Parts: sequence; C-alpha cells; structure tokens
Amino acid sequence: MSWLSENGLLVGLALLDGLSYAAAVFMVAVGLNLVFGVLRVLNVAHGSLYAIGGYAAASLGLFVASLGAPPWAGLPVLLAAAVLVGAILGPLIERLLLRRMQDREPVLQLLVTFALFMILEDLQKLVWGVQPVVFDAPLKWLGTVDVPFGTDVIPFTAYQLYVLPGVALATLAGLAYVLRFTLVGRMVVAVTVDREAARALGIDAAKVTLLTFTAGAALAALGGALAAPTVSLVPGVGASTIVLSFAVVATAGLGQVEGAAVAALLIGLGRSFAVYVAPEFEVVVPYAIMVAVLLFRPQGLFGVAETRRI
Amino acid sequence: MTRLGETLLALAGAAAVLALAYAVPWLRFVLTIALAKGLAVLGILLLLRAGQVSFGHALYLALAAYGIAFGTMAVPEALVLIPGAALLSGLVGLVIGLFVVRYREIFFGMLNLALSMVFYSVLEKFYAVTHGADGIRLGPVTYLGRPLAGEAAEWAVLAVALGLALAFGALVRVALASPLGEALAGIKTRETRLDFMGVSPRRVLLAAYVASAVMAGCGGAIIALTTRHVTPAIAYWTTSGELVFIAILGGAGSVLGPFLGAAAYELTRVYAAALVANAWQMVLGLVLLAVIVFAPGGLWGMIARRRPA
Repeated sequence: MSWLSENGLLVGLALLDGLSYAAAVFMVAVGLNLVFGVLRVLNVAHGSLYAIGGYAAASLGLFVASLGAPPWAGLPVLLAAAVLVGAILGPLIERLLLRRMQDREPVLQLLVTFALFMILEDLQKLVWGVQPVVFDAPLKWLGTVDVPFGTDVIPFTAYQLYVLPGVALATLAGLAYVLRFTLVGRMVVAVTVDREAARALGIDAAKVTLLTFTAGAALAALGGALAAPTVSLVPGVGASTIVLSFAVVATAGLGQVEGAAVAALLIGLGRSFAVYVAPEFEVVVPYAIMVAVLLFRPQGLFGVAETRRI
Repeated sequence: MTRLGETLLALAGAAAVLALAYAVPWLRFVLTIALAKGLAVLGILLLLRAGQVSFGHALYLALAAYGIAFGTMAVPEALVLIPGAALLSGLVGLVIGLFVVRYREIFFGMLNLALSMVFYSVLEKFYAVTHGADGIRLGPVTYLGRPLAGEAAEWAVLAVALGLALAFGALVRVALASPLGEALAGIKTRETRLDFMGVSPRRVLLAAYVASAVMAGCGGAIIALTTRHVTPAIAYWTTSGELVFIAILGGAGSVLGPFLGAAAYELTRVYAAALVANAWQMVLGLVLLAVIVFAPGGLWGMIARRRPA
C-alpha cells in the first residue's frame, strides 16, 4: 500500500484521464457496433467520421467564436457539428455505396469501407491541411475543478470531468432506452437479430439500415467533436481511432451496447494507467486486453456464441 | 484458363518484367517492390480461399524486414538472410497461427490486426534497439559471396524476387488444386461439413496461415533488400490493408492475380503520387471502389473473361 500512498496523485490522475478517454472511445465504438449489427459490415471508415466530426467541430467553433459569440456557445456548436456530419455523410455513404454492396461477399463489403477510408483520409487533408487544428474554447470556458482524492487534491478540467462522461452516459442511457422500449428501437434489434424474419414481419429493413447507419455516423462524429477540445487534430487520428474502436467492439462482443461501455471503460482505464506507469506500452495495452478477453471468451465479454449450422 | 495457358502467361510476365526493368531503369525498383508485395498477397490469397481476411499480415513483412536489417550485422549473405527471414516469419506464424485459427471472420481479422499493431508499437517505442520511427539502415550485403552495390545489387534482388515469385506461384497453384485447397474452400462454404468428413478445419487453416506467413516473410525480406532501410511503417495496419487491397485488385481467381494486382497498384501509386501529391491515397481508394463495383473478379477476372479456357 506504500506505493499507492506515494503515487496516489498518479493513480487519481490516471483514473480521471481514463474515464474521459473511455467516454470518447465509447461514443465511437458504440456507433461502430450498432452499424455492424444491422449491416454486418465492420465499417473501416468509421474512424474517418470521428476525425471529420472533430475537424468540423473545431472549424465551426472557431468560426462562431470569430463572429463574437459568447464562450458557452462552444458546447452546442460541438453537438451541431456532429449532427451535421452524421446527417450529411451518413445517408450519402449508406445510400450510394453500402446499399449497393449488400448482396456481395463480406470481404468485398469490408474492402469498400476500406476504400472509403482512404478517400476520406485524403479529403480531410485537402480540406483541413496537415497542420494541427486546435479549438479549446469550451475547455477553457469551463475551467478546472479540484477533485479530492484521498488526502490529495487533483486539479482537472471540468470539461473532461463532467461533459465528456456526461454525454457518454446520456448516450448509453438513451440508446438502451430506445433499443428496448421504442418501436424504432425494437425494429433495429429485430433487423440485427434476423434481417429476413424482420422483413417478413413487415419491417422496412432498408429504412432501418439507413437510420442506424446515420445514427452511427453521428455518434462517431460526436465522439470526435467532444474529443476535439482536448486534443489537437492531426492527420492519422482517424486511423488510430478505428483500430482502438475495433478492439473495444471485439472485447465487448458484437452487437452489445452496454458491453461496449464496459469494454471502453476497461480499455480507456488500461491505456491511461499505461501512459502514467509504462508509456512504452500505451499502444499495446488495448490489444493486450482484447487478446486476453478473446482467449477465454472467443465471442467477446458479452457476445452470444452463434449456433452451429450444418 | 488451362495450366499451360497460365504457365505461358507467367513466363511472358516474367520476361516483360525483365524487359521493362532493362528499358526503364527507374521501374526496376517499382517492379521489385511489386513482386515482393505480390508474394505476400499470394499468402493472403490462400486465406481468402478460406473466406478469411487478415488485417495483420504486415506483421510478417515487418518481422522479415527487421530480421534482414539485424541479420546483415552478423551474416551479410543475402542467400542465407532471405531463407532465414522467411523461416523467422514462418515460426512466428506457427505460434500465432495456433491461436488465431480458432477464430473466424471479424475476430480472425481483428486478432491479426491487434498482434501486428502490438509489434508496430514495439518497433516504434523501443528506441534503443530499433531506433524507433527513424528505422534501421541495412549493412552491406553480399550475393553468393560477392559484395554487390548499386545497379548490380538491384538486378540481383530483382532476379531473386522473380525466382521466388515463380516458385511460390507454382507451389500455390498446385496447393490450391490439391485436397488441401479444396478443404480451404470448404471452410468458406460450410465448415461443419469438413468436420463430419474427418478433416480438421483448424489444421487446414493453420497450414495455409503458416504458408502465408512464410510468403509474407519472403516479400518483407525483398522489400528490405530493395529499400535498404526499414521503418516501423511497414508493420502499420494500413500496410496490411494494402495487401488485401492488392488481392482484390488483382483478383482471387488465379495465382497470377496477386502479381498483376501488385504491379498495377505500385504503378498507380507512383503516378498518382507524381500527379496529385496530396491525394494519391484518394486515387487508390477510387480505383479500389471502381474495381469492386465494376470488376469483381479483379484484373485477372477481366483477362480470363476475354480468353475463356
């Protein structure tokens, strides 16, 4: 216990950092998971939507600020940017591309999203350049909070302490409610479980798919928009985000919403502890957790094993 | 297409590579890299036959490439280094394979991705050993005991790459037509039926996986000998994606597909980078989309359709 008392501050900081990091990762991973459920395609371009959401939020935020808007306006701007990105790019990608590929081989569908990823990566470089983009007005406006931790006090930004985990929790609760208790949500679940049977019951699977993909895209963009004030945006952020979300989704099990939250928390905390204790292993930890989980539960922590078909 | 037709085409392709490399000196580098990637994609093709996509075969490229880079410090002979690097990739492939062949589809792809990313960060973070993102320069290399440099070395690597490509192409062609190849296709259609016939799908997939690791190792070795400088970028997941890209671009219908695809990919990349420096990736993405939508059989599919066997 002497190590803990000596490094109490470190542990506290790692906990707080991990929590806010997990919140952003959860937003992206849960969207990826939802989309996988109805489309049965792991959308590689999902990370690009995260990056574009972040860039769009930063641009919009800087633009609104240049008009002389009060600092609190930064927060609704983040949300607006995410909704905008999701509502424009989501239907565009699903309608023009993924829908046409529905009946093709899974490998080809996966490759289509990989091609999309390559296109969006360069598009984003063309629009926003390769210089880091920084928009931290909401972070500065909310200031810092002194978090009591044992005998110590840790100053931490209120944005990362309240806004990030708050939005993530609201998303989790909202999704859980919609999927369980509303007609639209039940339709999404039905299409996820068995597309054919759902259609036989009169559910418009194409519409549900479009809706889910748009929602998933907006969630990824929201994750990016929320993370934007806490990081500087550089090219390549989409690529690293997507592999991390893959790890979260595989750890949680496919099609799991609450599971994605647990896995994001596990991986977020694991990563932030690594940052403070053994920085060399920062990138390795998420995968180590995933491999360890899959070793004992091949279908993920909360996944359901598929029945064998003959 | 008949076996004779494919053999003739392969030989014609090899002759074309040599002629091009002689006529246009700067193409020598591009073609050698294309052959190296084609070798790795040949392994991807085996796995694709079983319906499995690995998003992590850059791991085996990188293992062999770094193996060569460290190897030149001890033994500078290329004809010892290349088999050694391939063996290293194969052995690691066997260990990892024992684990990953228990998984299918997304999980198979993601586990491969995860392991390759772990290796990537090891390469990048352990600066004392690997020099991080700066990478390692290769020491001087001898071919059959002769220290070659410059143009002579380029020809030597190209010759080795061409020889390996022809040899492995023939081997994979035979393997795909053998019971093993049929069993691989069985994993894709309905695995349980293989079980019922007394064939172990895991063992079949493991054999293909180790073979694919060895071929990726050969490819990585040749890349290292061509570029003479290895960096962690070769282990990054986008490199793995590139290999799958080439497999689809070339077409999974024939062992000539990977080489056709790799040549087309590298040439597109060179020209796209020269024409639109900031958007070469976008050009490649659009090419990939066009191939998937309009020519699902890849480049090979387009050729084979025109000349029915």
